[in-house]
Formats: sequence, C-alpha cells, structure tokens
Amino acid sequence: MIRVNNLRKSFGEDDKRITVLEDFNAHMEKGQITSIIGGSGSGKSTILKLLIGAYRPDSGEIWIDGEEVSQLKDEAISRVRKKFGTMFQTGALFNSLTVEDNVALPMREHTNLNEGTILIMVKMKLEMVGLRGAEHLKPAQLSGGMIKRIALARAIALDPKIVFYDEPSAGLDPISIGVIDKLIIDLSKKMGITSVVVTHEIPSAMRISDKIIMLFKGEIIAEGTPEEIRKSDDPRVIQFIEGSPDGPIPFSKSLTDYGDELKEMSRV
Amino acid sequence: MVRSFFGFIGRRGFEFTAVFENFFKEISGLYNLTRATLYCTFIEPFRGKPIKWRPVWTQMEEVGVKSTTIVFLVSFLIGVILAFQSAHQLSRLGALEFVGALVGVAILRELGPLMTALVMAGRVGAAFTAELGTMKVSDEILALEIMALNPVKFLITPRFIALLIMLPCLTIMADLMGILGGFLIGTTTLGIDPVTYVNNSLDAMVVKDVVTGLVKSAVFAVIIVMVGSYMAFIIEGGAEMVGQNTRSAVVVSMILVIIADLVFTSLFFFVT
Repeated sequence: MIRVNNLRKSFGEDDKRITVLEDFNAHMEKGQITSIIGGSGSGKSTILKLLIGAYRPDSGEIWIDGEEVSQLKDEAISRVRKKFGTMFQTGALFNSLTVEDNVALPMREHTNLNEGTILIMVKMKLEMVGLRGAEHLKPAQLSGGMIKRIALARAIALDPKIVFYDEPSAGLDPISIGVIDKLIIDLSKKMGITSVVVTHEIPSAMRISDKIIMLFKGEIIAEGTPEEIRKSDDPRVIQFIEGSPDGPIPFSKSLTDYGDELKEMSRV
Repeated sequence: MVRSFFGFIGRRGFEFTAVFENFFKEISGLYNLTRATLYCTFIEPFRGKPIKWRPVWTQMEEVGVKSTTIVFLVSFLIGVILAFQSAHQLSRLGALEFVGALVGVAILRELGPLMTALVMAGRVGAAFTAELGTMKVSDEILALEIMALNPVKFLITPRFIALLIMLPCLTIMADLMGILGGFLIGTTTLGIDPVTYVNNSLDAMVVKDVVTGLVKSAVFAVIIVMVGSYMAFIIEGGAEMVGQNTRSAVVVSMILVIIADLVFTSLFFFVT
C-alpha cells in the first residue's frame, strides 16, 4: 500500500544543515498497522510529515497506492490526499466550528452528498468513536481524549484507505489510550484500513501493531513484529523498550563536553 | 539571486544583503498570496468550483455590520472637528459659509475612505492575523491542506470578498456621517444658514469625488486583507509570534494604506 524508498531529508542551509533522515526504507502492507517508534528527535514525525506531503524529501520515493507522490503538485496532491485521513497529535480540530461541522467538513467540501445524508454520516462516524451526542459542542469544551476521538472521526470521514496517526496516545490517561488503541485496531481489521502510527508509547505500539519500525537518529535500528522487537538483543532497542535512563542512547543531547564548557565559561 | 550578486562582487556578509533579501522575500510572498487569492475568488468559481456563500455572510457581518458603530463615531467626530477647525480660518477670509464645502470635499475625497480604512486595519486586520495565526500555530491550516482543502480558498477568500464589499459600503456611510457632523456644527454653533450650507456643499462636491473615494477604499480593502492574512500564514512557532505578527500586520497595512492613498491622490491630481 505504502512503499518508501531511500528517503532523505535534511533541514537548514549550508553549514548548519542537519540531516534528519538518511536512507529510510519501509513498506506498509494493506490492512495492517505499522508503528514507527523512536525517541524524540529520532525523525519519526518527519517521516509522517513526508508521507502526508507536508514536507518534500531531498531525495527518495514515496509510493502510495501505486503512485509516486513525493514530487506531485497542487491538483495531483489533492487527489492523493483524499485517499488518506490524518489524525494530528493535537487533534487540529477547527476551533470555530462545532464537532458536527468539523466531522462534516471533508464531506461537505469533497462530496456532493446532500445535507441530510451528511448529518447521518456524521452521526455514524461519531458513534464509531463513541461520542454520539457531542455534535453541538465546540472543541474547547472537550477533554484531550475526546478531541483525539473527534479528530479520528474526522480523519475517517471520507472512508479513506489509509489513516496516519501522529502520536495518537500522547498525553492521555491509560483508559483513553486503551480506547484509542481499540479504535485503531477496529478500523484496521473491520474496514481494512492501512494504518501508520507514529508513537513513543511502547506498550500501546506493542498491543496494536502488526509491524514495528524502530528509529534512532534517523536510521532504522529494528524492524519486525512486536514479538521480534521484544526478543531483540540490540542494546538500544532493549533500552528503549525498558525505558531505562542508562544505556547506549545518551541522556544528554549536548554535543560539547560539560567540563570543557564550564572551564571555558570561568575563563571569561 | 540578490545574495549571489553581492557575493560575486565580493561584498558578501554585509548586513544589508540580508535585509534586501528579506524584503524581496516578503514582497514576493505577499504577491504570491494575493495572486492565489485573486485566482480563488474570481477565476476558480468559473471553473466549476463555486464559492460557498455562508462563510462570506458570516464574515460580512463580522467585518461590516459590527464595525458600523466605531466607523460612524469616528467619521462623525471628524466632521465636527473639521468644521470647528476650518471655521476659524475661513471666517478670517470672510468665507464662513464655505465651511460646508470644505468639510464635504475633504470627507468625500480623503478623510472618509482613509479614516475608515485605518480604523478597519486596526479592528479587522488585527483580528484576521490573530485568528488565522492561531490556526496556523495549532496546525489547523496544515490540517486543511492535508484534507485537500485549499486554505486560501477556505480562509482568505470569504474574508476578501466580505471586506471588498463592506469597506466601500462603510466608506459611504462614513462620508454621510462626516458630512452630517459638519452640518450640525455649521448650522448650530457656527450659525450658518442651513440652506446656504447645503447649497455651498452641493456646489463643491461632485460625483467623481465619491467614486474616487470608493475606488480607493476597494484598494485599501485588498491591502488590509492580504497583509493580515500573509502575516498570519508566515507564522512559525508559538503565541509570541502571533502577537508580534499581529502588531506588524496592523503597522504594515496602515503604512501601505497611506502610501496607496498618496499614489491614488497624486494620480487623480495629475491625470484629471
């Protein structure tokens, strides 16, 4: 369904250039849930933004549903974007619109359905995420977990073939995480939606994924089913899964030596 | 391009190359956004993508109807002040009854359109930048793009149409209120005969004054919407940038409105 070949992306100009992704390859199968996990700064959000076309890669190819999309322009990219839904980390619901209008928006803009049909569809989507009855609330009146569920309802409004999830469970309580996980699994299994989940919640990723891709500093360090990841003997993978502060992945992000820097400061 | 030119002649590193580069980047960004807006507003509807009118009505109420009070107040008081200020000078020339003519011409040609645009730049331009900027910061604009909806068409076009219609309307009302202010002071405090006042005013004012005022106010509307939206769309980061860019949006659109006014006034002065 989605195939990514030799993807490269860097930010900044000239001497300040930072390479975030170096030769990223992946394959996400139809109807399966693929999780991309990694610590902050590992490049996982960049991959998501490349997949949804918010960034353009420096080089490499992204194939979605049999079409190379990384260099498409305006009209063509709109056509591809209608095939997938995206659930943003913060929800990104439109604050000026009610829940109902938020979910109805893609249908109103992209289909010729009449208003009555749209409202029925909205009700169905809200029932799927368990929030029927919240139609007339504004996003500001919702809790964090509810916002994510509404965002999910909006992402699946056009019955997409692919749904991208950006940190679906970040900042939620365990029960809300469980609810979101179940929704992702249901959508994928019952409706055959291909799901790509970017997350750093290991337990959640282990529960829902058919395949896990683990990133560290823009490179894939492990790839496979949750079982294979759990059995991995790579110390970086083990450290990440156990969430231990000591290990090959350093706690400090600083590039210079602490002692040298302090000496430098005292000299001035 | 600018940078490579200066690099070529060996002056690379001078600060003003960066300033130039930034300046041209802003200008071309504003130009591109304006072009996209004009395309979405005037060309796309004829290519089978009709404009949705509901958001336009909402915006017209927001920018037009709700601005009437402040515009009325400001222009009425300007008429009053103008009458007072001119009365003193004109009476020294023995031409007190021409207060009406002066107030009428000044309001129609200049102060009506200009003051309305400045008030709206503060009231509406700031609101555009703050609202769209917050949407940009909270990824709502990215969400629109990813949902294959054009943010320009979805967010700017309704505001653009609304202000393009409402600013000239408000200008006409401001003209009337300003003239009314002058009339009230002229006929009461200054003691000019109402009939003389009206006659002198009507003699001095011509339809062309009103039309040029309206043309100007349409141009001002474009400036206010485009600067406000552009300043919002370039926001990267957080709440701090929203505040900063809202401020620059108001400052820049006020300056551009005055410059445009100068250009048009000199155009009318020399051409006609």
